[in-house]
Amino acid sequence: MDRSIKVRTEGLYALSSWTEMLYLILPRALLIVGLLTLPLLLDMYWQRVLCAAGIYALLALGFDLLAEYVGLVCLGGAFFIGSGGYISGLLNAHLGWSALFCIPIATLGGAIFSTLVLIPALRLRGIYFAIISFMFPMFARYIIIALSIFGGTEGISALGTLPNVWTEIYLILVVVIIALFAIRRLVNEDIGLILRGIKDNDQAVKASGINITSYKIKAVFIASLLGSFGGAYLSHLYGWLGISLFAMDFSILPIAASVMGGMGTLAGPVLGAFALTPLSEALRGFGQLRVVIYCFILIGFIVYKPEGLLNYFQRKYHQFELWETV
Amino acid sequence: MDILVYGTVNSVTFALIALGFTLVYGVSRIPNFAHGSIYVLVGFLTYSFINDLTLNYPLAVFISLIIASIIGLIIYRFILIRLRGLPASEIIASFAVGLIILEGLRLQGIGGFKGFIGPFYMLPNFIEGKVCILGVFVNYQRLIIIGAGLAMIVGMSIFTHYTKLGLSLRAIAQDEHAAMMLGVNSDRTAMISMSIGSALAGLAAVTILPLGNITPEMGYHVLIYALAICIIGGLGSWWGAVFASFLLGFSMKLSTALFGAMWESVVLVGTIIFILLVKPSGLLGKQKEFEERV
Repeated sequence: MDRSIKVRTEGLYALSSWTEMLYLILPRALLIVGLLTLPLLLDMYWQRVLCAAGIYALLALGFDLLAEYVGLVCLGGAFFIGSGGYISGLLNAHLGWSALFCIPIATLGGAIFSTLVLIPALRLRGIYFAIISFMFPMFARYIIIALSIFGGTEGISALGTLPNVWTEIYLILVVVIIALFAIRRLVNEDIGLILRGIKDNDQAVKASGINITSYKIKAVFIASLLGSFGGAYLSHLYGWLGISLFAMDFSILPIAASVMGGMGTLAGPVLGAFALTPLSEALRGFGQLRVVIYCFILIGFIVYKPEGLLNYFQRKYHQFELWETV
Repeated sequence: MDILVYGTVNSVTFALIALGFTLVYGVSRIPNFAHGSIYVLVGFLTYSFINDLTLNYPLAVFISLIIASIIGLIIYRFILIRLRGLPASEIIASFAVGLIILEGLRLQGIGGFKGFIGPFYMLPNFIEGKVCILGVFVNYQRLIIIGAGLAMIVGMSIFTHYTKLGLSLRAIAQDEHAAMMLGVNSDRTAMISMSIGSALAGLAAVTILPLGNITPEMGYHVLIYALAICIIGGLGSWWGAVFASFLLGFSMKLSTALFGAMWESVVLVGTIIFILLVKPSGLLGKQKEFEERV
């Protein structure tokens, strides 16, 4: 197929035929249709894995947005999961509201809570923000253990679950797809431009009379919305909440997914999460070797293919070659 | 009195833990997030050398320290060297190396390797027995920790300020290009810094570990304490690091005495978060004070 429709300017296309239209739509349609038909082909166990992968995909999306578009490397994904999960679970356990009603409230509540907690840290940058955000989940865990509130170390079990398995699985998949395309749209709007400006040179943005803190707060709020939804959903998926909602897995796996999928592409981290979670599940039989293998993958990508898979495939897809037979 | 004596021991322990990391990250700006893993690894190696290969204690310590410095060298030479100047990648890659070491220690049954299960791993004390100081009984190991810690801090501060190698370590942190123009081989210097830092982590491990069990989880805690002390104290400032470790050591002991052992970790992490929020460039740091925050 003639792929010359891609003008040199990134993201600008001159379309003149249905073939060319198809060329652009194909990858996007493949992703949506692929994600939506995948559950039909899997058995019960792998459907659960797919749900977990969806949660990691949301976290990876949030991580990518914050790291590549705002310049905040947030290692505290577990904090978003934890605050969303706890709010939703507690509402369900103490007030007896149904899961479908708790999840939206917890998404909003958890996002507001974690944004408020992170506001003082937003003045920091680079490694300082990374460390602080890494410590918040630990701090939350220690506080819950020390005060033994919210069920303490054992957590609360027997929470309400979602009506049936199809609701469970399509809820998360649809949210992932919507979030992905919404954020892709968002980063190309004015706000995305300002956020990228903050990443590259915050003093210049400040000098243009733009309040950078308020924009950072908005970005963190969006990322924590995704994470809190994941957390709220998770606590109802397993009908259980506990301090393992603040576990380091939720902070580390999304980063690995982003690195593997390609930082800054937004779709890459999502695909990375959908690839890594089943992989780590398949390696479950190896016990601790799983983490080791998975760190080797991470190091391999970061050292030998730092652009990530999606950037690579994107380049290959748009590249056109003319082979002449001589 | 109890608080004073044990608080001091605690603080010097923190200082020892942070020493190697401060040299590598604080002074030469290479994030070695495998610090905690090397700490645990050295403890484990020494244990195996003593018990499985029946070497004598000093020899076992010596060999494991050499292995630690070689690991530091390898991490830099094969991984970090490709990522210089990309802070996020450096952090992620070295942290992944640390995870490989720590979780690898838990493996068992592969090639006859026994693995790392249960709380049975302890190193023997250097000298048994205890002594009464100010009405509190302290065993000799804790006194050795204090002595070793103070000696190492003074030694390191002299090393980085008055020797050629130490000065070149500081030079590549401040301005790599200018240092290169003055004839400092930045890759070699960074490699040496990594290997000294890893050996220091190992030294801290063999001094401190006789007081308790060796577990893989310690690796994470050691890393976080080292990081916190290094930053709270201020990058490149040895006295800042000492001050920070005393701050953390005493706040931990005081909170245990006042509120109970439950609150130890809460107060510790809370203090770190609070100081980082209020003064991210560190309490005594002068390097790059304005670049760290908006």
